[in-house]
Amino acid sequence: MSSGFRTLLYKEILRFWKVLVQTVGAPVLTALLYLLIFSHVLEDHVQVYPGVSYTAFLMPGLIMMSLLQNAFANSSSSLIQSKITGNIVFVLLPPLSYLEFFLAYLLAALIRGFIVGLGVLLVGLIFSDIEMRYPLWILAFALASGAVFACVGIIAGIWANQFDHLAGVQNFVIMPLTFLSGVFYSIHSLPPFWQGISHFNPVFYMIDGFRYGFFGQGDVDPWLGLAVVSPFVLLLAGITLMMLKSGYKLRH
Amino acid sequence: MSPAVRLRGLEKRFPRVHALRGIDLDIEQGEFFALLGPNGAGKTTLISILAGLTRASAGSAAIMGFDVTAQYRDARRALGVVPQELVYDPFFTVRETLRLQSGYFGLRRNDDWIDELLANLGLTDKADTYTRLLSGGMKRRVLVAQALVHKPPVIVLDEPTAGVDVELRQSLWSFIRRFNSQGHTIVLTTHYLEEAEMLCERVAMLRDGRIVALDSTANLLRAGAERRLLLDLDAPELPEFLRNRLKGREGDHYVLDLPDFADLEGILAQLRVLGIPIRDLALRQADLEEVFLKVMHEGRS
Repeated sequence: MSSGFRTLLYKEILRFWKVLVQTVGAPVLTALLYLLIFSHVLEDHVQVYPGVSYTAFLMPGLIMMSLLQNAFANSSSSLIQSKITGNIVFVLLPPLSYLEFFLAYLLAALIRGFIVGLGVLLVGLIFSDIEMRYPLWILAFALASGAVFACVGIIAGIWANQFDHLAGVQNFVIMPLTFLSGVFYSIHSLPPFWQGISHFNPVFYMIDGFRYGFFGQGDVDPWLGLAVVSPFVLLLAGITLMMLKSGYKLRH
Repeated sequence: MSPAVRLRGLEKRFPRVHALRGIDLDIEQGEFFALLGPNGAGKTTLISILAGLTRASAGSAAIMGFDVTAQYRDARRALGVVPQELVYDPFFTVRETLRLQSGYFGLRRNDDWIDELLANLGLTDKADTYTRLLSGGMKRRVLVAQALVHKPPVIVLDEPTAGVDVELRQSLWSFIRRFNSQGHTIVLTTHYLEEAEMLCERVAMLRDGRIVALDSTANLLRAGAERRLLLDLDAPELPEFLRNRLKGREGDHYVLDLPDFADLEGILAQLRVLGIPIRDLALRQADLEEVFLKVMHEGRS
């Protein structure tokens, strides 16, 4: 890795760090509102796993949802802004390889996702204690899932020609996939049809495996979850790298 | 010594436009070179290929002997580009922008040079201002500084003075000239032909993706357009011996063809012999604009 890569990574981190209120504060506040409302309404009515309060159950889901959405938001918004304002040339003119370019945007997106996730966790701890039984599972699912969404963000950011396109991906792909993944419920509470559908949603395995790391309980075996999520990491990283290598929409 | 820029059979086809149709060109190290051409001639496409922003459909491009795709790291390190658009990153101050740009080129501690650039471009007191808050002319200067952070041997300026006031234009050129005198190769595209005439030793004119003229500025000016003699005579009509030179009239002046400068003396002597007083006399030299228009219209019809 050249030192140019380190600078690009640093620039991508600095970019969201300078507007921390917007890039970290806002999503943490959103998660906090979900936590307040859902736990207030459902705390005494729903118990998904024995010995786990609903608020505690909800927290890993919210952490993961925030992590994923912000990993996506970071790489996609950085790229679309640079493309629309034209300052993308600043990073296309220097002697950076496409691999360095990829890793810088990927890592910055992961870091933003992790910071937001950590923020949601810390705020959540005010409302409910939460055990973290298998930290390695937590970390593995956070990394793999964050990487998937960071890649989707890079792909969308390169593909989109205007902010509308990106909002489309956000509203019609990212939001439904994350909301219907079991953030707020166990899929076992769904009718069989929807339970079946949920198994085709990769985000379901991300949330479920992540939650397993906290409570040691989940809807599916975490190894199965990892077996589903890992190929997605490879697939999306592969697509992203191919796009960058070909210069698609960046180097015409 | 490899040329600063070497293009061989360079072609670029876009889905609807054949932007470059086989360009062969060598720009030697240390030259101050101009690329001229109307909009759509292919100037910016050519520069984009040099910069690695666009990929050639056929042919090759090399900077300081480094192929722009196969040896892109060396090629890009050797090149500084001032883009045509006034682009900036709204998140950063001028100094941050220049530090980041240095870092992309692997220069970790570059503040001495950055300070020198800022001073030379009159940006010292704007160093900690966000670039987005600067005026258009100031933003242009930041772009120039950004292109120079890594002291590239080849500097490409894509219409750098479009929309820039006269004072800045002057200071920008004296700065770029100094770089040129230190051995840096300068490649310039511009719409201001007098600028190219004033600065550049050699000129390539592009039309429809081809080079239609390539020569030293002096040669082009000599060969490209006729010299004219403008005479206002105190006589009812033009004397017989000058009739075959007559090209037209401008007010009181006869516009006469004067291909050979040496003829002037004979004409004046003959007028004296005929006793025709000269009220006014002017010589009109070709400028690059005339040459340009002439070249652009040749072969058109």
